[in-house]
Amino acid sequence: MMQSVSVPIPQSAPIPAIPVREIVPWAVFGGVGVLVLLYFVGVEQGAASIFSNTLVHEFVHDARHLAGLPCH
Amino acid sequence: MTMGDLLVRGMVAGLIASVLAFGFASLIGEPPIEAAIALADTTTNPAHATDDSPVVTRVVQRTIGLATGIAMLGTAFGGFFAIAFAFIAGRVGAFSARATALGIALTAWGVIYLIPYLKYPPNPPAVGDAETIQYRTAMYLAMLAISVFAAVAALALGRHMTAQSGAWNASLVAGGLFLAVVTAGYLLLPVINEVPETFPASLLWSFRLASLGTQFVLWTAIGLVFGTLTERALHGSQQPSLTRAGAR
Repeated sequence: MMQSVSVPIPQSAPIPAIPVREIVPWAVFGGVGVLVLLYFVGVEQGAASIFSNTLVHEFVHDARHLAGLPCH
Repeated sequence: MTMGDLLVRGMVAGLIASVLAFGFASLIGEPPIEAAIALADTTTNPAHATDDSPVVTRVVQRTIGLATGIAMLGTAFGGFFAIAFAFIAGRVGAFSARATALGIALTAWGVIYLIPYLKYPPNPPAVGDAETIQYRTAMYLAMLAISVFAAVAALALGRHMTAQSGAWNASLVAGGLFLAVVTAGYLLLPVINEVPETFPASLLWSFRLASLGTQFVLWTAIGLVFGTLTERALHGSQQPSLTRAGAR
C-alpha cells in the first residue's frame, strides 16, 4: 500500500560559530581534566610515576596496550 | 546551549562510545593479548612473565581493568572532542552539526591515533625492553605532538586560503602541508624495533589490527553519538542557538 506522507526533512543548516572567548575558559578547564585522565591511562607507572607501586599500570594494562601507547 | 553543555555532552558521548569499544576490545583485542602473554611465559623474555603473586590478576586486567581504562580514554577523548567541536563548528565549511561531529571524530582518530601508530605501532605484552620505556614513550609523544601541530597548522592555512583560492584548492594545500610535516617527522624521529625475531608475525598483526579497530570504534561512536545529541539540540528546536543569544 502506497502512502504519500509529506514530512518536512529537517534542514541541515550550517551551525553558527561559538565565540572564542566563550570557549577558552572551558577549553582550559576541560583540557586539564582530559590530560589528567590520559596521563593515568597512558603513562603512569610506565615512563613516569606519581605512585611508587605498579597498581595503576597493571589495572589499566590491557587498555594501555590497545590504545597504542608504549606500555612496558 | 552553553560551552559547558557541549563539554558534558562530549564526555557522555565518550562514555557511551567506550562501552562499544570495550565490547570490541574484549572480543577482538583480548585473544592476541592472552596469546602474547602465554608466549612470554614460555620464553625467557622477562617482560610480563607471571610471578606467583601478580599485583592485578589477568581476569581483572581483561575485564574491569580494561573497561575502566577504556572508559577513562573515552571520557577524555570525548571532552577533547567537544573542545575541538566548539572551535571548529561553524568555522570550517558549511556542514550540519552531525556531519561536523563525524568529520572531527574521524580526523581526530587519524591525527591523534593513526599517524603516531604508523610510525610507532603498538606492541602486545611480551614485546619491548622495559629499560627503554621512557625513550619509547617520549618518541611516541613527540610523533603525536608533530601530528597535532601539523593538523592545526594545516587547518589554519586552509581557512586562511579559502577566501581567495576556494575551498578545494585550500583543502589540497592544507592536506599537502599536513602530509609534508608528518613525513618530515617520520624521517627525523628514530626507528624503534624491539620485536623479538621469533615473535609470530601473525600474532603481532592480530594485535595491531585489534588496536586499530578499538580506537576506530571509540572515535566513530563518539562522533556519531555526539552528533546525534547535538543535532537535536541545535536543529531540533528552531533556536539560533550556540551563541549567547540562543543560550538557555
